[in-house]
Amino acid sequence: MIQKKRLKDLTLLEKLYIPEIVKGMSLTFQNMFRPAFTMEYPEVKFVPPASYRGRPVLALEENGEERCVACGLCARICPALAIEVQAAETDREKERYPEKFEINMLRCIFCGFCEDVCPEEAILMSKDYELAFSNREDAIFGKDKLLTPVSKLKDRIEFLRLYK
Amino acid sequence: MPKIIIDGKEIEFQHGQTIIQAAKDNGIDIPHFCWHPSLSVSGNCRVCLVEVEKMPKLVIACATIAADGMVVHTQSEKTLSARNAVMEFILINHPLDCPICDEAGECKLQDYTYQHSVGESRFTETKQQKDKRVELGPHVMFDGDRCISCSRCIRFCDEIAGENQLTFIKRGDRVTIVTFPGKQLDNPYSLNVTDICPVGALTNRDFRFKSRVWEMSSTKTICPGCARGCNIEMWVRSNEILRLTPRQNDNVNSYWMCDTGRLETFKFVNDESRVNGSHIRREGKLTKVGWDEVFAASVSELKSFNKDEVAFIGSAYSTVEDNFLLTKFAKSVFGSKHLDFPRQIISGSGDDILIREDKRPNSLGSELVGVKPSSNGLDFDQIMEAIDEGKIKALYVVEEDLIKLNPELENIIAKLDLLIVHASNFNNMTKFANIVFPASTYAEKNGTWVNFEGRVQRIRPAVSTFDIDRSLDGMSMSRLDKFGTEYDRWGKVKKTEARSTWRILSGLANAFGTKYKYSMAEDVFTDLAKSIDSFKDLDYDVIGELGAQLKIKTHTAKV
Ligand code: SF4
Ligand code: SF4
Ligand code: SF4
Ligand code: SF4
Repeated sequence: MIQKKRLKDLTLLEKLYIPEIVKGMSLTFQNMFRPAFTMEYPEVKFVPPASYRGRPVLALEENGEERCVACGLCARICPALAIEVQAAETDREKERYPEKFEINMLRCIFCGFCEDVCPEEAILMSKDYELAFSNREDAIFGKDKLLTPVSKLKDRIEFLRLYK
Repeated sequence: MPKIIIDGKEIEFQHGQTIIQAAKDNGIDIPHFCWHPSLSVSGNCRVCLVEVEKMPKLVIACATIAADGMVVHTQSEKTLSARNAVMEFILINHPLDCPICDEAGECKLQDYTYQHSVGESRFTETKQQKDKRVELGPHVMFDGDRCISCSRCIRFCDEIAGENQLTFIKRGDRVTIVTFPGKQLDNPYSLNVTDICPVGALTNRDFRFKSRVWEMSSTKTICPGCARGCNIEMWVRSNEILRLTPRQNDNVNSYWMCDTGRLETFKFVNDESRVNGSHIRREGKLTKVGWDEVFAASVSELKSFNKDEVAFIGSAYSTVEDNFLLTKFAKSVFGSKHLDFPRQIISGSGDDILIREDKRPNSLGSELVGVKPSSNGLDFDQIMEAIDEGKIKALYVVEEDLIKLNPELENIIAKLDLLIVHASNFNNMTKFANIVFPASTYAEKNGTWVNFEGRVQRIRPAVSTFDIDRSLDGMSMSRLDKFGTEYDRWGKVKKTEARSTWRILSGLANAFGTKYKYSMAEDVFTDLAKSIDSFKDLDYDVIGELGAQLKIKTHTAKV
């Protein structure tokens, strides 16, 4: 067996260990009195800033209409093929709406491309990061889970208008 | 031949050709909205403006006759800036509603805006608004805002469909399309206007909002609606046919297809009534069984009859390959003389444009491969008579619903002791059948059809079954097909357990003890090209995408 040579041999002081332990403990004690950065999740929830990309959601206007016109651009741009949109006709002025809109959260990689490409500001990255499923089917979010009132998405919309 | 120089390239042209035609024939694309190779020149969109040396102003390439020695610039600074200006003009009143427009993805205006426009508008006034969602006819919807007034649709109706149904009204930026008072856009070819409309102003009401064009795969195949055999593209998403569009073939259908062909020939493929797996009638009910079982049962049933008591009926919906094997099976393997196929000729239903009275795509092909009685065998009508008289007791019918063709035959079919059918959907025949083989439809198999003029053309599978796989069998694939898994809802596609008729027949021949070594339709074709003179020297590559003319006198075709 070949013994590897150490880059640097320990000095006598280091070999004694005790001074080193004291050094380490002093760092520990110093930190005990500094402000804490960790959070006691899930008792305390983390509220991300507007720039955060949580799960994509669909904007629901105050009058109860969805913004999405089912153009399918988000589904096309999505690198993970997470989105499925089926369009249908409505009597509204924008004659198209999504009859079905599904995002497979097991596929989504939270890249935000869908939000970027949407011509209607209809799909937005929310602050929701709590995603756990016990089976594959539950991970497919339909319109029931995706539609979110615009009032809850205000800061993301403002953020996008500023920086997009 | 006279010569013209376009962008420094010297090209030959024929006298009388316009610049745009000469350029197109030589692979140079000059942008155009209103010009269409098979319509008259209208010259109103102005996007084909090009610079011609020694001419004081730019000229429109679609209406300027090429002259010997002309020097044309399609990419000069002057041309490009004119083109950009024209694009800006056209876009002034355009609503730019691509997100809700069905044309997006195959829109000339969208493409040209990317290619030939700087994409900026100086127009700050209010856009003209026109009528939206106007039902011009039973199949076509019109959106006035999107129309760029190219007049292609008007010219199509006047010149190709031969019915003056559309016209412009009003002037300037208020101009719009309407039908003449008391008229509708209801000619038998009306849906072609949705293909030639360069924007999304005219849309197919049957297809509206169903799918984005980029989500579908398209397959080059043939319409089964009549003996013309129009070349088409079949558009499929998640293994479901969503629309058909015509495909250019100057020898057959030019750029067009009829509305019946476009709308009525594919819905049965996705229908709930599909026969899924083989069925044998037990205690009065059709029961699903496996392939080995159904072959064994068919052999023992067929063998229980005298050869003269069994007749075979082919179909001109089946391919040349299917019918070739049916002939071989009926005449050599089984040894019956009674073989024919039914005709469906609706007199008065044809026209001088495309539609034929013969409503089958392969009547001529079926005749050529020998689907006819042997000498002193019985033809179709005689077979029906013989069943009525009790002389023929068993009938083997391939892909035809005889009762739908002629409801009077129901009483005759009911008299049979044994009825074996190949059917794609449960129908009037399967009600009486003892054995049902699940037949692949024309959208699920390879093969060839011969049209009324003796042109052999290939059909290709666009919908996969348990017998033919999208990726393994080289079918066209959309992005979703390529990357989908069984865990995606859209990846779980509906598939039918069905086989092409030739495959079923070769399985059956096998069970009779005659081995055929065909593993794909092409093998059958190679074999029949050796034994049947009219198909001599042909193979799938020679037939290609546009078909090949058989060396036969076409008067053998009845209609
Ligand atoms: S890009 Fe926007 S409008 Fe288009 S389908 Fe997606 S969410 Fe709807
Ligand atoms: S965030 Fe990215 S991966 Fe997720 S749905 Fe949008 S485009 Fe697809
Ligand atoms: S409806 Fe379409 S084809 Fe007809 S004039 Fe308008 S843009 Fe042209
Ligand atoms: S003319 Fe005949 S082949 Fe052509 S589209 Fe119509 S039905 Fe089909």
